[in-house]
Amino acid sequence: MKGRVIAFCCEHSAYPAADLAGRLRLHYSESLRIIRVPCAGRVDVIHMLKAFEKGARAVLVLGCEDGACHHITGNTRARERVEQCQVLLDEARLDGRSVAMHNISPNAPQKFVRIADELVNAKEQSREAI
Amino acid sequence: MSTPFREILKKEGFVVTTEVGPEKGSSVSKAIEHIELLKDKVHGLNVTDNQSSVMRYPSLGICLLIKEHGGEPVLQVTCRDRNRMAIQADLLFAHSRGVRNVLCLTGDSVDVGDHKEAKQVFDLDSVQLIHLVHTLNSARDIAGNELSGGTDFCVGTAASPSSDPIEPQLIKVEKKIKAGVDFIQTQAVYELDEIKRFTDFVRNMDEKVRILAGIVPIIGVKMAAYMNENVPGIVIPQRIIDELAEAPKGTGVAKGIEMSARMIRQLKEERVCDGVHIMFIGREERVPEILEAAGLV
Amino acid sequence: MIIAERKPMEEIEESVAEYKKVLVAGCGTCVTVCWAGGEKEVGILASQLRLARGAAGNEIVTLETTVERQCEKEMVTEIKDKVAEADAVLSLACGSGVQTMAELFDDKPVLPAVNTTFIGMPEREGLWVEMCGACGDCFLDRTGGVCPMVRCAKGLLNGPCGGTRKGGMCEIDPDKDCAWVLVHRRLEKQGRLDLMREYVTPKNFRAVRRPGKVQAAKA
Ligand code: SF4
Repeated sequence: MKGRVIAFCCEHSAYPAADLAGRLRLHYSESLRIIRVPCAGRVDVIHMLKAFEKGARAVLVLGCEDGACHHITGNTRARERVEQCQVLLDEARLDGRSVAMHNISPNAPQKFVRIADELVNAKEQSREAI
Repeated sequence: MSTPFREILKKEGFVVTTEVGPEKGSSVSKAIEHIELLKDKVHGLNVTDNQSSVMRYPSLGICLLIKEHGGEPVLQVTCRDRNRMAIQADLLFAHSRGVRNVLCLTGDSVDVGDHKEAKQVFDLDSVQLIHLVHTLNSARDIAGNELSGGTDFCVGTAASPSSDPIEPQLIKVEKKIKAGVDFIQTQAVYELDEIKRFTDFVRNMDEKVRILAGIVPIIGVKMAAYMNENVPGIVIPQRIIDELAEAPKGTGVAKGIEMSARMIRQLKEERVCDGVHIMFIGREERVPEILEAAGLV
Repeated sequence: MIIAERKPMEEIEESVAEYKKVLVAGCGTCVTVCWAGGEKEVGILASQLRLARGAAGNEIVTLETTVERQCEKEMVTEIKDKVAEADAVLSLACGSGVQTMAELFDDKPVLPAVNTTFIGMPEREGLWVEMCGACGDCFLDRTGGVCPMVRCAKGLLNGPCGGTRKGGMCEIDPDKDCAWVLVHRRLEKQGRLDLMREYVTPKNFRAVRRPGKVQAAKA
């Protein structure tokens, strides 16, 4: 997992979007690793932290658009947890900005690619800066 | 020598008190100046007790100075810094040195002061403190032990007539009156009606309690806004703010003095209350101007 | 229940700075409910420590465990093997749990990872408020079930101070109701305002002789 960007993808939105991006042969960074989850709300702070412990350099949590969560509040909970994780990382003197949450709909492959590339590039740059 | 405050309260006349704020440090020169300036112009000089939870020269120390200079001190005692033992001991000492008037107060929270990490005591509250003074007056301590000489204090307290909601405040005032107070000095008030309502309430319970309305001159629009915003229990009406806004630059203090004097005259002429307690914090030397303008000297 | 709050990361890190292998021990009772020291918080803290120490090139090994009640010796004894393995124990229990652990394993440093703050209840999700001062002399019968000992910022017993803010908020915290306004409202609603008019004598602050001890009556 070293150097990877881990994307926890909700199977109702981000995962189909990623799938579609693949089928459309849209290109996105190879360092992205997709983990399919039943709901963004299923991703706990400890999962994100463990990803970093295993060497990930960034973590993305992708859930349904506002108001479209299949589990009603999974996406808002996910956002709260990502924010909490940012604080925890900062406390441990790592970069809280390495974890991010985005909302996406299943038929938005371009958005998926943009979000993924943005985070990967941002992390690449910050690595260069260091 | 000044007349004992208790005697003053028994007479018909309009009672006037003001305060001397102890300095932050061992120097008492400022306090002495203020004592000399004010002692013969008012009936009593209150001395604040670590006011606003800011640690200072003690109230008792300044009260003794007032005695030495021939004035009549009112010892302010709060429940914040001393437990029931320390308060009783201090009161015995105060009495032995001629201090005869105690103002029983709750005290501000340490949160607003300059020693925010101090342990605040509040072993007693102000109602219990009033009971305590009466117990000492009967030559016993509040544990029931006999004393080798009791005290003879004239007891006062404070109240906030502008509080909102007012009902819980009034219940507290009722308890204080039942506990036995000779006088009440109110928080700063600006509406005659409010004082009147308060006076009626108190007189209904006990006609002998003398009510001294709190007077704090407002010297600028900013100060008014600050007080309205930050000092609970004080409401400065718009008309005062308007009048200040119209005053030419640099005349704020004079305007504040003028308005306070006008208010005092009204309180006196219309017999709204029994007297006033003037608090002009940081400008004690200008209190005589208020007294003159109000026709009190 | 007992409410606690996790200590700042820096303080925790400093307390375990000299240890290589630390047992992070949670408690399954009060501190679990107030999100300060349950199984989940144990996992998070252990992970944070590993990340922070790893990044600093000073790896730490963490063992994790959560005892159902850290304030009961029988339950704490169960983890003795894990304690034996570690250089130190970082306890996320309340002060009572930390001390039980420290007494039982008196050859090991047992370090607190939370600050125990008060006895309270959840006001809404994620927010707990103080309710009881454990004074040993309960008088909630006289105050409409509102404890002014702890819910009034000054612990006043005979009514509000002069500082109540407009609308009945506390002088020192505009977001907190003045306890005495609450007492008044409650008693008024029940038609028992006379209770508030009764004088309350100075409190017996020695109702519980410190350190407190309670002996149950024999069943
Ligand atoms: S405002 Fe009410 S709760 Fe706050 S200190 Fe005063 S009496 Fe206590």
